[in-house]
Amino acid sequence: MSLPVVEYLKLPEGGEPYLEGHKCSECGSIFLGERNVCSNCFARDSMQSIKLNNTGKLYSYSIVFRSFPGIEVPYISAIVDLDGGGTVKGNLIDCEPDPDKINFDMPVEVIFDDALGRKDKDGNSYISYFFKQIT
Amino acid sequence: MSDVYVLGVDMIKFGRFPDRTVPDLGAEAALLALDDAGLNIGNMEAFYCGNLGQANAMVGQRILQEIGQTGIPVVNCSNACATGATAFREAWTSIKAGLYDVVLAVGVEQMGTGLLGGSGSGSGIPKEGLLGSGTMPAVFAEAGMEHARQYGTTFEQFAKISVKNHHHSTMNPKARYQIETPLDEVMNAEMISYPNTKLMCSVNVDGAAAAVLVSEKKAKELGMQRAVRIKASVMTSDPYQERDLVMPDVNSCTRKAASEAYEMAGLDSSDVDLVELHDCFATAEMLHYENLGLCDDGEAGRLIDEGEVELGGRIPVNVSGGLLSKGHPLGATGIANIYEVCTHLRGEAGERQVENAKIGMTHVIGLGSACGIHILEKV
Repeated sequence: MSLPVVEYLKLPEGGEPYLEGHKCSECGSIFLGERNVCSNCFARDSMQSIKLNNTGKLYSYSIVFRSFPGIEVPYISAIVDLDGGGTVKGNLIDCEPDPDKINFDMPVEVIFDDALGRKDKDGNSYISYFFKQIT
Repeated sequence: MSDVYVLGVDMIKFGRFPDRTVPDLGAEAALLALDDAGLNIGNMEAFYCGNLGQANAMVGQRILQEIGQTGIPVVNCSNACATGATAFREAWTSIKAGLYDVVLAVGVEQMGTGLLGGSGSGSGIPKEGLLGSGTMPAVFAEAGMEHARQYGTTFEQFAKISVKNHHHSTMNPKARYQIETPLDEVMNAEMISYPNTKLMCSVNVDGAAAAVLVSEKKAKELGMQRAVRIKASVMTSDPYQERDLVMPDVNSCTRKAASEAYEMAGLDSSDVDLVELHDCFATAEMLHYENLGLCDDGEAGRLIDEGEVELGGRIPVNVSGGLLSKGHPLGATGIANIYEVCTHLRGEAGERQVENAKIGMTHVIGLGSACGIHILEKV
């Protein structure tokens, strides 16, 4: 069985994976990860967990050609505004690492797949999320 | 409340000193600043020391063990790349509060090699290159690409910033490098994180800088000839922004700090004769032209295209060579840029002197985020 790569990636039993947000019921701000207090409006006990959408638009990016030893390059580090709220960062895959091929606001979908074969020290495999252009 | 003055300030030439220690580098800068002020460690009433790499190792006290253990209060501080500015500002605050008349501030760093940052492993598996990149060149590339998305800023325009700062550093003997880098060389250098090539990333170096701050009373007593007045000292953290958690925000904390600094100084950006700002990457400098109000939003590309930010231009930026070529020893940077501005206000900057400089601004950003801005005035 695979584990989720981050705490905000949920793998419900018998259901589809999804990204989870925490939305402030007072001001509507959406956060990744659980919290007790809204850092925008300071409301307490106003956080509700929500399912984030699996589609969004590319907000910003960088094409990474130099990373730490052992990390395969190049890859596209993408910041995506999800439809309906929430911003997440991840790899944009199946896209040429060429600025001429990457357009701001291009529609992308969130897909869930094995975490590039990476395993932890106990040999567990992981499920990660990736962005893919919707053509 | 009394104004606070910089009476002595200096930095060591930035470089690589693997055979020396952090306290040793800090001690050298402290002695230079004390000499510049015509004082000695026995005159200091308090000492604020900034360092990141050995933040838990009492660097300030170890500096005093090298230059004089007088028993004064020592505060060690760490605030990412705003560490030096934080130490300086704490010294300012203590004099403003009326606690002391003469205070020492030192910023010092010995750097490793390679990329900074990374989206830490935490538990489980490494996230770098899986959930995008947390390396500093990538994070600041993404911030630059946000500007490109809004205003169509080009790779070439970002690269021109690096050409300018490297050119400036050829006139600064204390910079790590004194080498011209023409545009094609900058653009064709190894791409680290598009649009930042290797020559558009700040240089990892060792360095130290120090300042002696005094109250108005003390400045009058000791002589005002080379004193520099601190017109504004401001720090901010990053106010809430919707993309905070995935995109560290260097803009809103800078805008907030700039507006508070101009208000504190009773000045606006048109009064400023030179700026040393936080060019940790070429993409970052572009953002701060607008964040600091040096031009309207969307005009930053034009500013670099038309040479307004070069030495001799309307508002010279990073005439020291900046972090891109002078170098970026994290904890020292925030005092080194104060040294640079003071040197111009004193008319002692030699070949790179900004003519008739009367008002200068320094700016640093520590990602996470902390912004420190100082406005300095020729007396």
